[in-house]
Amino acid sequence: MRKVNQRGWFFVLPVLVLVAFNALVPMMTVVNYSVQETFGNNQFFWHGLGWFQDILRSERFHAALGRQALFTFLILVIEVPLGVIIALSMPRKGFWVPVCLVTMALPMLIPWNVVGAMWNIFTLPDIGLLGYFLNHVVGIDYNMTRSPFAAWATIIAMDVWHWTSLVVLLCYAGLVSIPDAYYQAAKIDGASNWSVFRYIQLPKMKQVLTIAVLLRFMDSFNVYTEPFVLTGGGPGNSTTLLSIDLVKIALGQFDLGPAAAMSLIYFAITLFVSWLFYTLMTRNDTD
Amino acid sequence: MAKITLDHLRHSYMAAPKGPADYALKELNLDWQDGGAYALLGPSGCGKSTLLNIISGLLQPSEGHILFDGKDVTALPPDQRNIAQVFQFPVIYDTMTVFDNLAFPLRNRGVDEARVKARVDEIAGMLEVTEMLGTRAANLSPDNKQKISMGRGLVRDDVNVIMFDEPLTVIDPHLKWKLRSKLKELHQRVKVTMIYVTHDQTEALTFADQVVVMQDGEVVQIGTPVDLFDRPAHTFVGHFIGSPGMNVLPAEVREGGALFNGNPIALEGPISSGNGRHEIGVRPEFVTLADAGIPATVRKVMDMGRHFVVEALAGATRISAIAEGAPPEPGVTVHLAFRPDQTRLYRDGWIATTREGTV
Repeated sequence: MRKVNQRGWFFVLPVLVLVAFNALVPMMTVVNYSVQETFGNNQFFWHGLGWFQDILRSERFHAALGRQALFTFLILVIEVPLGVIIALSMPRKGFWVPVCLVTMALPMLIPWNVVGAMWNIFTLPDIGLLGYFLNHVVGIDYNMTRSPFAAWATIIAMDVWHWTSLVVLLCYAGLVSIPDAYYQAAKIDGASNWSVFRYIQLPKMKQVLTIAVLLRFMDSFNVYTEPFVLTGGGPGNSTTLLSIDLVKIALGQFDLGPAAAMSLIYFAITLFVSWLFYTLMTRNDTD
Repeated sequence: MAKITLDHLRHSYMAAPKGPADYALKELNLDWQDGGAYALLGPSGCGKSTLLNIISGLLQPSEGHILFDGKDVTALPPDQRNIAQVFQFPVIYDTMTVFDNLAFPLRNRGVDEARVKARVDEIAGMLEVTEMLGTRAANLSPDNKQKISMGRGLVRDDVNVIMFDEPLTVIDPHLKWKLRSKLKELHQRVKVTMIYVTHDQTEALTFADQVVVMQDGEVVQIGTPVDLFDRPAHTFVGHFIGSPGMNVLPAEVREGGALFNGNPIALEGPISSGNGRHEIGVRPEFVTLADAGIPATVRKVMDMGRHFVVEALAGATRISAIAEGAPPEPGVTVHLAFRPDQTRLYRDGWIATTREGTV
């Protein structure tokens, strides 16, 4: 039998320690909270899977999960095709390339809470640029603190504004890596524009698109700061997404047990859906 | 299939070219016969890819016309010229099977499915890829990918010309030879005009019936491989083709005869009149080590297996000779003799001697 040099493990040790402290230990703390009940004084009582059952049966959780799923669904359905279209229409060479790239990257450079605050002011019905325009120029009754529909439209628009660039930049990187010969060959083969997209551009963008979808899924599913700063979850609970609800339970009501159980369920859903996306999108790569 | 005529063709990548130096392709008049196998040979940057892209329609020439069978196609886009092109790096539609790849140009042109199947099967048989038809093209080796890109050109029976832009660049050396002979075989079977661009003389000479040698955007000679080897029209051709290339020696012309280092040199025929920079050109194959002739010092001897290449210095000029027998030692003084009927005078690079029966 071949002798394996076990000293290699020492090299992995620092990473293991680091990961333990920034991920495993905090997560195990959450696991610990999720199966116990406390009434303060740092006294804990075993509660088994009780919190998990409560959360999974709670209508409040179902509603928040539904809103979260709807939000993420809309984000992916809007941002991914929009990002691909913008990337396709961007110039490949010349003076406008850096201009486009920098313009595209700008929204992503703005801190999340600033984005929320910006849009908050932007949409104020009487003094905000958009709010004033819609209410007083177009004549639509637009007030996102009153209308759930307006609130939803605003958080979606804000996220699209903030994050479509990520999809654009990733797709653009995939597009510029396609050698000219492919386009020339397609021209000679008499391919239509749709065929060029379907058989050359899309396959070459597939890997970056997979990453873009995954990142946008994870970020939108875990989104907190921007909608919280913009709407605070309101009006009512209409824009209370999972993360906002979680923070309300954990820090507002200080229900450590239910909050911990909810975090773990939340985490499991994110992980499972990411895995599902990744598996589905890469399943054809190796046959 | 068609005869291709290039009529007063010129191209510059600049918007407003001034001198001849601004042209990537200098004025060109050329006829390519239907069904011929042509090679465009020249060093990198000599304009051969520019010429290819002009013929395929990927590039619009600055001046002049391209005619297919007398019909002006200069303004037509590539897909309306009925041409096919094989690129340096194999172009494959990754997500399609080999069959769909080969069928793609036909389906785009609305050919009915029964005919598509028949054509693809026929071409796959020719290319020996029949058993791969069902596999995804992305998983093929580079040489098979290149075969498929060739197949996409062959599958259409209405192609005017198939062009190859250094198609063997990414192929493993031992497969290059195989693919090259396959190509030659295919040409003989389908009789489509083929133009093969390369900087590799072996590829050009083995593939083509007619080789077009280019340098600095200019065609310097068109001829059969034998013509190019036997009687280079330009010192560049002599130097570029052959291994080692032709010896080019500085010469003086006096009273109708040529002198090298003061030695009179017998040439293939009379020298045409004119003035300029004179050079004598003779291939190493026709330089022999003799008892009398031009004295030279042997610098090095290379064993090529079949023969030796002797490199000698006559004054400041290096001359290569091919020796069959036992070679001299380096440092020894030898005498070099040139075979007169293979020794020519060049003026400003161009041939300046005439031979019996030639112009």
